[in-house]
Amino acid sequence: MSATQAFTAVLRRDLLLGLRQRVEIINPLVFYLLISSMFPFAVGSDASTLVIIGPAVIWVCALLAATLSLDRIFHGDYEDGSLEQIILSRHPLPVLAGAKILAHWLLCGLPLIPAALALAVLYQLPDAALYPMLITLLLGTPVFSLTGAALAALTVGLRGGGALLAMLILPLYIPVLIFAVAAVGNAMNGLNIVGELYFLAALLVLALTLMPLAAAAALRIRLG
Amino acid sequence: MNSSQTTSPSCSLEMRALQCYRGDMLLFENLNCMLQAGETLHVRGANGSGKSSLLRILAGLAQPDAGDIIWCGSNSDTLGAHFSTALQYVGHHNGIKLDLTARENLAFHQALAGARDDTGLSAALERVDLTHCAALPARRLSAGQRRRLALARLLLWHAPLWLLDEPLTSLDDEGRALFCDLMQRHSIGGGIIVMATHERDIGTNGPHRDLMLQ
Repeated sequence: MSATQAFTAVLRRDLLLGLRQRVEIINPLVFYLLISSMFPFAVGSDASTLVIIGPAVIWVCALLAATLSLDRIFHGDYEDGSLEQIILSRHPLPVLAGAKILAHWLLCGLPLIPAALALAVLYQLPDAALYPMLITLLLGTPVFSLTGAALAALTVGLRGGGALLAMLILPLYIPVLIFAVAAVGNAMNGLNIVGELYFLAALLVLALTLMPLAAAAALRIRLG
Repeated sequence: MNSSQTTSPSCSLEMRALQCYRGDMLLFENLNCMLQAGETLHVRGANGSGKSSLLRILAGLAQPDAGDIIWCGSNSDTLGAHFSTALQYVGHHNGIKLDLTARENLAFHQALAGARDDTGLSAALERVDLTHCAALPARRLSAGQRRRLALARLLLWHAPLWLLDEPLTSLDDEGRALFCDLMQRHSIGGGIIVMATHERDIGTNGPHRDLMLQ
């Protein structure tokens, strides 16, 4: 019961902090919209080309934007000593790390979804692509936050940790990318996408089960 | 605020043959010390001599390379969460979020400890003389006021063991006096304090022992 209270306390604090440092949430979002809008300038505005590259561009850029904000999950708390206080609380660290990850997803992952849908319209993707886009993002972006948090914990406080984090994390995002883009592409071709969605859901459950534990263990190592 | 609440007389802290390396350099080895209820230990030594490392080891944030920490007769490793509830650690960093107000910072720590108590919170703020800044973001507090806010955490709930890393840093004379008084009350109440310090003249804090790290 009190672990639930501690979970909500951490979640509330991180959401409050996120809303007070809005720039850190808005920057990745603007980056996402800008970098995705670059492609039509480079490959030309031919509608048939845009429909083909659209899902891939929207997903790869979402992945880059998600990577951009990973550093903030633990870095601030590490710098100002809050992380020590969180670790010293009597509650299980994976639960508290889970609260931080959930806050990160709500602040940095969730806003990517409406942005991605807006981009889908910009790329003139058919209506059949919008629903799979929404579902794959809902399943995929939490995996980004969860997996990213474990690696962010592992690199917290390291010099050049940000670049190292990006290099470590991007290969781990590949499975999500493959199944998500395949789902959107198949839906556009009128094929069944249940298989891809099950795979994404399985990846989410796997990340949900393992990553808070991994993040907690990594934090203990980094602070020890 | 219940820092003067009496602690069970049986509480004791023992360091048994502690050893700590930083990289290849030995900071200390075979460090033994026994603290009974009401005792204060001042850890002294040059910069880099391992004072903070010792406190982090005692808090359970870091593992010693050898040796054990015994709390009330049981090894701290086996006590786990029971040991973390028995201690309060104020480290070199204040552990406060600059974008939260003074009150919100303390409320978070209270919630983390599972004890929401608004009167206790107000009393702690008043005790460290921050009532007038309670609604200000911590970013707008001075270094000394931030330190007071960090130390106010000690008053939120009663922990018999205080581990303090240079607690008097950037406090003014009034703040020092106030804090020495808090420590004295804690000791009288049967609490144990281990603090890293460079100060020569905090003898006002009653009897204490010195541990010199080379």
